[in-house]
Amino acid sequence: MLRFEGVFKDYGGTPALAGVDLDVAEAQTTVLIGPSGCGKSTLLRLAAGLIRPDRGQVWFEGARLDAANLRPARLRMGYMIQDGGLFPHLTIRSNVSLMARRLDWTRARCEQRLAELADLVQLPAAMLGRYPIELSGGQRQRVALMRALMLDPDLLLLDEPLGALDPMIRFELQRELKAIFARLGKTVLMVTHDLAEAVFFGHRIVLLRAGRSVQQAEPRVLLDSPAEPFVAQFVAAQREPQRVLLGAGG
Amino acid sequence: MRRDRLRRASSRRLPATGLALATLVASLLAIGLAAWSPEPSAEESTPRPVTVGSKKFTESVILGETLRLLALDAGHPARHRAELGGTRILWGALLSGEIDIYPEYSGTLVREILAGEDVSSPELLAAALAARGVRASASLGFENTYAIAVPEPLAEQLGLQRISDLRAHPDLRLGFSSEFLERADGWPGLRQRYRLPQTRVQGLDHDLVYRGIAAGHLDVTVVYTTDAEIARYGLRMLEDDLGYFEDYQAILLYRAELAAAAPAAVAAFRRLEGAIDAPTMAGMNGAVKLEGDSEQAVAARFLSEGLGLAVRVSGQGFWSQLGQRTLEHLGLVGVSLGAAILFAVPLGVLAAQNARLGQLILGITGMIQTIPSLALFVFLIPWLGIGWLPTVVALFLYSLLPIVRNTHAGLMDIPVPIRESADVLGLTRGARLRLIELPLAANTILAGIKTSAVLNVGTATVAALIGAGGYGQPILTGIRLDDTALIMQGAVPAALLALGLQGLFEFAERWVVPRGLRLQPTGGARADAGHDLASPRA
Repeated sequence: MLRFEGVFKDYGGTPALAGVDLDVAEAQTTVLIGPSGCGKSTLLRLAAGLIRPDRGQVWFEGARLDAANLRPARLRMGYMIQDGGLFPHLTIRSNVSLMARRLDWTRARCEQRLAELADLVQLPAAMLGRYPIELSGGQRQRVALMRALMLDPDLLLLDEPLGALDPMIRFELQRELKAIFARLGKTVLMVTHDLAEAVFFGHRIVLLRAGRSVQQAEPRVLLDSPAEPFVAQFVAAQREPQRVLLGAGG
Repeated sequence: MRRDRLRRASSRRLPATGLALATLVASLLAIGLAAWSPEPSAEESTPRPVTVGSKKFTESVILGETLRLLALDAGHPARHRAELGGTRILWGALLSGEIDIYPEYSGTLVREILAGEDVSSPELLAAALAARGVRASASLGFENTYAIAVPEPLAEQLGLQRISDLRAHPDLRLGFSSEFLERADGWPGLRQRYRLPQTRVQGLDHDLVYRGIAAGHLDVTVVYTTDAEIARYGLRMLEDDLGYFEDYQAILLYRAELAAAAPAAVAAFRRLEGAIDAPTMAGMNGAVKLEGDSEQAVAARFLSEGLGLAVRVSGQGFWSQLGQRTLEHLGLVGVSLGAAILFAVPLGVLAAQNARLGQLILGITGMIQTIPSLALFVFLIPWLGIGWLPTVVALFLYSLLPIVRNTHAGLMDIPVPIRESADVLGLTRGARLRLIELPLAANTILAGIKTSAVLNVGTATVAALIGAGGYGQPILTGIRLDDTALIMQGAVPAALLALGLQGLFEFAERWVVPRGLRLQPTGGARADAGHDLASPRA
C-alpha cells in the first residue's frame, strides 16, 4: 500500500529523516509519534508528495511516487490537517465537492455523496451551505474529514487532525473517528504527539526520534517491552500527569 | 428553499470572481474607447488641416491662438494644441508632424535645440533646419529674452542696478523656472559668467516664481522681458552688464512641407513677421494675465487692429467644455487602467510563482514608478508622438506597480496549509490558482486596483502637458494665469472622478470578493459551539 524505503530528507542542512524504512499496513491505522522535530510530519508530507526525499523511495500502491504519477496518486489519498485547511471562500458544500466537480461528477452524484458523508460524520445538512468561518472548530474538522473521504480514497493521511481542538470535543471526535475508520476499513497514516491518542487509534505505533524509527510495534508491545531506554522514557514522560496525581493522592 | 438558494449561490461563486473582474475590465475599456473619439480625418477635397502648437506660457499660447485664427482665415481647418510641456516636446512634435507650426525664440533654437552645431551664420542655420524639414520665419518684431529681476524695494535697499551687483550679496534667495535652472544658457552659464556666489537656488514653475516673489519667499528670479507681471509685482530688471543673455527674437518654426501643402496658410503666418513690437506683446500678455481676457479674444483683437482681419471668435459653454474634458479624462483613465489590470494581474501571479522572477518584476515596475511623468513623456514622444497614445502608455506603466505588488502580496499571504490542501486534493496548478488562490487574494488585488485608479486619475491631469486634454487643461491654464477658479474647474472634477471610481470598485468588491471572506467569525462559531457535545454518539 504505502512503503518508505531508506528515506533521507534534509531541511537546509538539518536532517529531518535519516534512513527510515516503514511499511504502512493495509486497512489498519498506523500512528507516527515522537518528540518535536523527530520527522513524523516529514514522513506524512513525503507520502502526500508535498516534498521529495533526498534519498530513498516512497512507494504507493505498487508504484514509485514521482512527478508523473503524483496527481492520480493524490486522487486516491485523503488529507486532513490540524486546522482543517478548509478554503475560507467556499461553502462547506463546495469545499467538500470541489475535486469531484473537477472530475466531472454529476451534481446528483455529488449531492448523494455529500449526504452520505454528512451522515457519517454527523454534520447537520443545513451546515452545507455555510462558510468555514461560520462553523466551530470541531465542525470544521468533521468537514475536513468529509473532504478527505469525498473521492473514497484508499489511504487517509492525517496530520494532528484533532490537535487544535479543546479536550472535551477532542475526546468525542476521537471516538467518532475511530468508529468511522473501523467501519470504512481504510488504511490510515496518522501523526500525533499524544501517546494516549496514538494508543487509542493505532493498530501499530511507530516511534521516531531524530529522523530514525526507534520502534514499530503494537501499542501493547510498545508499552510493555520498549526496544530501548528512549521508548521507556517517552512513555514515562507522557504518563507524568497520572503519576503526579497518584503521588499527590497517596 | 433556503438550501436551494444557497446551493445556487455557491456554485455560481466559483466563476463569479473571474467573471466580475472581466466585466470590470471590459467596461473600463469600453468607457475609455467610447470616450476617445479620434480626430475626424480630413477628406480629400477639404484643405489640409493645420495643427498649431504652443508652449505652456501665456505669450506662446496667444501667438498660437493668433496662428490658428490666421490659418482659419486662410481657409484651412486649424487646431491649436495649447500649453504643451516644453521645448523638447514641441520640437519633437514638429519633427514628427504632430504639429505643423509653433512660436519659438531664436536663442532657444540656436543654443538649445541645435546646441553643438555650427549655426553661426543665417545660411548655416537655414541649412541645419532644412536638413530636418523645418523652416524658420523672420523675427515677429519683438525680443523676449531672459532678465534677472528683484523686487524694487529690495533693489533700492541693496543698491542693485546690474547683475554684477548681486555678487556682493551671497545670502539672497534665488528662484528660477526649472527650465532656466537646467539649460546650458540658463543659470549654470550665468553663474559662471558673473561668478555669482549664491547657493540658495530653487527651481520651480515659471508661473509660481511670481507668487514666490510676492509672498517674500524669493529675492531674485528670472523673468521674460515681455512678462506683464514685471510691472504688476513691481520688479526691477537688472542690467545684463556682461552681455550674457542671447538674442531671443520671437520667430515661427514650421514644417517645410507646409509651404507646399498649405501655401495660403504659410503666407498668412508670415504676415506676422515684424508685425508685433515688444510693447504690443507685453500689452497682450497683460490683457490675458492681468485683465482676464481669453487668449482667443486677445489674438482676435490684435488681428483686427494690427492686420485688419475680421475673425470670428467662437466660445464653448462651461458645461460642454466640462463634458468634453470629462470624456477626454475618462478615455485616458479607462483604457490605461483597463489595460493595466489585464497586464498587471498575470504579472503579479508570475512574480508570486518564482521568487527571483518576482524580485525582477517588482523591481522593474517599481523603477518605472520613479521616472518623472514629464521625462517619461519625452522618452515616448519620438515613438508615439504627442496626445492620447503616449499619455495612455505612460498612465498604463504607472498603474502597474500597485496592482502587481498587491497581486503578489495577496498570493504570498495565502497560508501554506491552504495551498498544500489544494495540492493534495489533486488540483492542478492552474485550477489551484483559479479556484483557490485568486479568489482568496481578490480583496488585496482589488485594493491595488483601487490605488491605481486614484493615482491614475491624478496623474492623468499631467497629460495636458502633451496635449491630451482632460481635467489637466484648466489646471495648467489656471496655474499659468494665477486663476484659482480655473484650477478648481479641473481639480474638483478630478477629485470627484477619483472618488467615483473608488466607489465603483467598492461596489465591485461585493461581486469580486467571495462572501466567505467578508463574514465575521463571531456569530456562527459561537452558536454552533455546543453542537459537538450535543450530537449523538456514534
